Amino acid sequence: MLLIECPHCGPRNSSEFSYSGPIKPRPSIEGLAPEDRAEWRRYLYEEDNHAGFATERWFHVSGCRKFLNIERHSVTNEITSVLTVGEVS
Amino acid sequence: MTEMRLPPQPGEIIDRNAPLSFTWNGKPLTGYEGDTIVSAMAASGVKVFSRSLKYHRKRGILTANYLDPNTILQVNDEPNVRAGHRRLEAGMNVSSQNTWPSLEFDIKSANQAVGRFLAPGFYYKTFISPRPLWPAYQRVLRRFSHGGRIDDRVSDDHYDKRYAHPDVVVAGAGPAGMAAAIAAAEAGANVILVEEEYAIGGHLRYGSADDLAALAELSARVQANTNIELLTNSVVGARYDGNWIMINQRDPGHVRERLIKARAKTLVVAAGTIERPYVFEGNDLPGVMVSGAVRRLVNLYAVKPGERAVVFTANTEGESAAADLAGAGVEVAEIVDARAGGDLVRAKGRTKLSTVEVGGRSIDADLLVTSVGWTTPTSLLNMAGSRPVYSEGAARFLPGDLPDEVLVTGGMVGDGTTEQLVAHGSAIGANAAARAMKIRARWQRLTPSALPPETADTAEGSVPDLKPEAHMELYRASTHGFVDYSEDIKSKDLISAANEGYDLMELNKRYTTVTMGPMQGKLEVGNAVAIHAEATGRSIADTGTTTWRPPYAPTSLGALSGAEMNPVRYSPMHRWHVAKGATALVAGMWIRPEHYGDPAGEVRNVRNNVGIIDVSPLGKLDLRGEGVPKLLNFVYTNKWSRLPVGSVRYGVMCAEDGVVMDDGVVGHLGEDRYLMTTTSGGAGGVWNWIDDWLQTAHPEWDVTMTAVTDGFASINIAGPKSRELLSRLTEVDLDKETFGYMKVREGAVAGIEDCVIWRIGFTGELSYEVHVKAGYALHLWEALMEAGQDLGVAPFGVEAQRIMRLEKGHFIVGQDTDGLTKGFSLGIDWAIKLDKDDFAGKPELEWQLADGARSRIVALQPVDPTVVPKEASQITEGTEIVGRITSSRMSPTLNKSICLGVVADHLKDPGTIVDVRLTDGEIIKATVMEHHAHFDPQGERLRG
Repeated sequence: MLLIECPHCGPRNSSEFSYSGPIKPRPSIEGLAPEDRAEWRRYLYEEDNHAGFATERWFHVSGCRKFLNIERHSVTNEITSVLTVGEVS
Repeated sequence: MTEMRLPPQPGEIIDRNAPLSFTWNGKPLTGYEGDTIVSAMAASGVKVFSRSLKYHRKRGILTANYLDPNTILQVNDEPNVRAGHRRLEAGMNVSSQNTWPSLEFDIKSANQAVGRFLAPGFYYKTFISPRPLWPAYQRVLRRFSHGGRIDDRVSDDHYDKRYAHPDVVVAGAGPAGMAAAIAAAEAGANVILVEEEYAIGGHLRYGSADDLAALAELSARVQANTNIELLTNSVVGARYDGNWIMINQRDPGHVRERLIKARAKTLVVAAGTIERPYVFEGNDLPGVMVSGAVRRLVNLYAVKPGERAVVFTANTEGESAAADLAGAGVEVAEIVDARAGGDLVRAKGRTKLSTVEVGGRSIDADLLVTSVGWTTPTSLLNMAGSRPVYSEGAARFLPGDLPDEVLVTGGMVGDGTTEQLVAHGSAIGANAAARAMKIRARWQRLTPSALPPETADTAEGSVPDLKPEAHMELYRASTHGFVDYSEDIKSKDLISAANEGYDLMELNKRYTTVTMGPMQGKLEVGNAVAIHAEATGRSIADTGTTTWRPPYAPTSLGALSGAEMNPVRYSPMHRWHVAKGATALVAGMWIRPEHYGDPAGEVRNVRNNVGIIDVSPLGKLDLRGEGVPKLLNFVYTNKWSRLPVGSVRYGVMCAEDGVVMDDGVVGHLGEDRYLMTTTSGGAGGVWNWIDDWLQTAHPEWDVTMTAVTDGFASINIAGPKSRELLSRLTEVDLDKETFGYMKVREGAVAGIEDCVIWRIGFTGELSYEVHVKAGYALHLWEALMEAGQDLGVAPFGVEAQRIMRLEKGHFIVGQDTDGLTKGFSLGIDWAIKLDKDDFAGKPELEWQLADGARSRIVALQPVDPTVVPKEASQITEGTEIVGRITSSRMSPTLNKSICLGVVADHLKDPGTIVDVRLTDGEIIKATVMEHHAHFDPQGERLRG
C-alpha cells in the first residue's frame, strides 16, 4: 500500500484516496465539430499507460477532500511531489 | 512400534509431567506438552507419515519443521496441517491424507510401477483427448489429488484484523533477529519481532550448551524490553510498497488467526537459512533426513531418529548432527565427508531405508542424514525489489541491493559464531532504528500537530563484516532423485523438460510444477535451479532463481477476510420503523423500511388519504455563493440561471461521456443559498464529482459546498390530504396559489425551526417533502402520525413509493438506466438544453442528438394486464434482443400490469406492439404507451 504524504493531513494510506490517472487537460469544447469526436474520445477513453514519471490526479476523499497533483513513477511508485491543485511548487 | 523417546536432554522443550493423548489414524498415542504432532508420533515409533502426490510412495520425516513436505496431515476437521510445526494438543485426531484405503495399503501406489509414464505433462497429454471424455477422467483423477478433507459446514471460528504502526519490524527471532530487535528497541524504536516458531532462538534452540546460554540471555532481554512486541507462531507474509507489512498471527487466542497490517518505517529481515535436501536415488525413503531434522528431534523433543545412521556432510552442521546422534545412543555407522571426496550414491529400501551405497560400498542403516548446504529465503527482499545474487563460493544465493527501509542480517547475509551474528544484528538493528527515527521525524513534520517534534539520534553506525563461509556446490549425486517432494518431481523430470524446450527456469517451473507445491520452493528451489542449470549447460548464476511471491507462508482465507466490518447507516426514525414491524431493505449502506406489511394498501392510502415516508437517505448538498447558478448550469443538462428564490427545479446530470449519472431537485432557498438533492445511491459520487469540477476546473466560481445528507432527515408527506395534515403543524402559508407545485419555503414545523419544505411529486400526488435537522426528525415523524390520525395517515415504505412512481412513469437512475443509458435515451428531451455554454457531457449529447440515441425509455403495458414480466426480461424481435423491461409491477391503483422499459429507437412510437420474453421462454405482447405516466399523465393530482 502506497503511503501518500498529503500536504494537509500528513502521510496517509493510499486507500484513503481515489485516483483518476495522469492529468489530461479537458479539450476546449468551443466550436467542437463532429470531426473533433476522435480527439474528444481520446480525452475520454485513452490512456498513455506511460512507464515512468507522470503527474497524476489524486483525491483525498476520506481525508481533507482536496484534489492533489502527484508526481509518481508508475514502475517504482516513487513519489517526488504532492501539491494541492492550484498550488505551484 | 518401538518407543523412541530419549532420556531428558539439556535443551528439550517438552514437559514430561504433562502427557497428552491423541490418535493417529484411529490408534491411541501419547506425547507431551511441547511436542509437535510429528515429534510425538516419532517418539511413539511412527516412521511413515504420508504418501506422495503422484507415485504414492511412503514418506517419512525430512525436516521436522514447518517446511517438512512429508508430514502434512489432517487434524480433526482441519486439512493440510504442518504437523512438523503444529504443537500437539490433547485429544487431537490426526490422520494421513491422500491415502486410500489406508496409509499402509495404498491402491494408488501402483503408480510407482508405471512411474516412467508419469512424466511431467502426462495428465495433460494423455487425458485431453478424446475431449468429450475429459469430465469423466477428471472425476477419477480428482481422487488422486493431494489434500485433506475440508468441513463444508459453516465454521464457528473467528478471524481478526489489526493495524499496527511500528517503527521497526524484525522478521525472524534467531540470534541476529533478537539482537536487532533489542538494539532497535534500546534506541527508542517501537519494535514488532515476529517468529515463525512457537519460541524464539532460531538454531540456538537445538545447539550446544553455549548456544543455550546465549539464547537464555538474549531471550531474557527481549522479554524484558517493553519496546518490543513479540509475536511467536506468526509469520511476516509479505512486504508491499512503503513497507506495508502483512503479518499473520496464528492462534493468538480468542481468534484462529489475526492478520496484522503494519506500516513499518523499517523492516529488518533475519529469516536465517533453510537447509537443502540432497538429490540422489532413494532420497525420499523414510529414514532419510536433513541434519536439522535430527538436531531438532534429538535436542528439542528428545526423540531418537533411528538406530543406525550414516551421515553425509559437507559442513560442520553435519558433524554436529552426528555428535547429537552419538549422544542419543544412535550407532553412527559412518560419517561420509563430501569435502574429503566422500560420495553418496544411493539409498535403498523397500518401504523404508535399509542400506546406503557410498563409493561402491553398502552400509546397513535405518537413518541417513545429509548436510549439503543452505537456501537463503530471500522472499521478503524480492518483494522489496531486490534480486538475489548467486555466490559460487558459498553455494547459495545472497541478498542483492536493497532499498533504504529494508535491512537484512543473520544467516541470510553470512555465517559466523553467535557473537558475530549478534554483533551484526545489533548494528543492523541500531541502524534500522536510526533510519526509522528519521522517517518518524519526517512524518511528524508533515502531520499537523500542536506537539513539538521529537528529537532523535539518527546517526548510523558501522556494521561489522559477516561473510558466508565457503561451501562446496553440492546439489545432485551421480544418481537421480526427488527435487520437489510435494509435487513428486525428480531431477530427471527437470532435465527432460529442459530438453523438451522448456529451457528457461521459469518455463521449466511452470511445466513441471517444480517449486509450485505446498513448500513453494523454500525447500526445492536451490536444487531445481542447479539441475536446470546442469541440463541447459548454463551456470547457476546465469540461470537465476525463481521469483518469490507473497504470501511467504500459507494464509487462510479467513485471515485475509478478517472480522466483518461493513458499516451500515440508519435514519433517525429507524427504531420507529422497526417497532412498527417494517421489513428492512438494504439499499447501499442504508437500512430502509421496505414496507409495513401491505405495500398495495400503503399505495391506496396515499392515493386516497395521506401517507408519510422516510426518505432520509436522499443525498443533500448545501450550496452557497454567487457562483452556484454557474455550477448548476454546468453539472445539470438544463438551465438554472433564472431560478427564482422560493422555487425548486428538477435536473439530470450526465457524465462527460453523455451517459446519465444522477438526477434530483435543487431548491433556491434564499440569496445565494441552495439545497441540492441527489439519488440516495449517487450521494457520495455526485459530491465528489462536483468537488472535482470546483477544485480542478473552476476554482474561480464562488461556491461553498457542504454535504448535509446526514445532517438533515427527510420526510415526504404525500396524498390528497397532505396539505391538511401539514397545515396542522406549521404556520407556513400552504395556500395552493402562493405555495404551488415546485416551490420551496422555509419555516417551523411541529415547533422545529428552519425546516425546508418543498412541493414535488415523485409519487404523483400532492406532496410536501420536509427536510428537518436530523436530531428532531423522529419528533416530526411522530407529530405527523399524531396530527393526522383522523385523516387516515399511515407510513409507507420504499416498495409503495416504487409502485407509485412507476404508475407516474418516473424513472429511477440506476434502476431504469444503466452505465450505457444516454441522455437522449431518457425520453425527456426538454431537460437537455444544448444552447447553453459549456456543460458536462455537452459534446457527446450534441452528437447523440445528431445521430439519434439508438434506444429510449418508454412506458409499456402488457396486452394481457394480468401478466407482470420480471424486471430485466428481454424485449425481442425474432432472434434479436431489442430492449428490456427495467421496472414492472401490478398497479394497485389501475389494477393492471405496468412497466417501464428500454426499447430500440424504431420501437419507441406509441402504440407499437413489442414481444417480451418471459423468464420461462414464453413470449407475450406489450404496448408502448404515449406517456411515461400510466396514471394521471396531465399531473392534475400533484399540482392540486
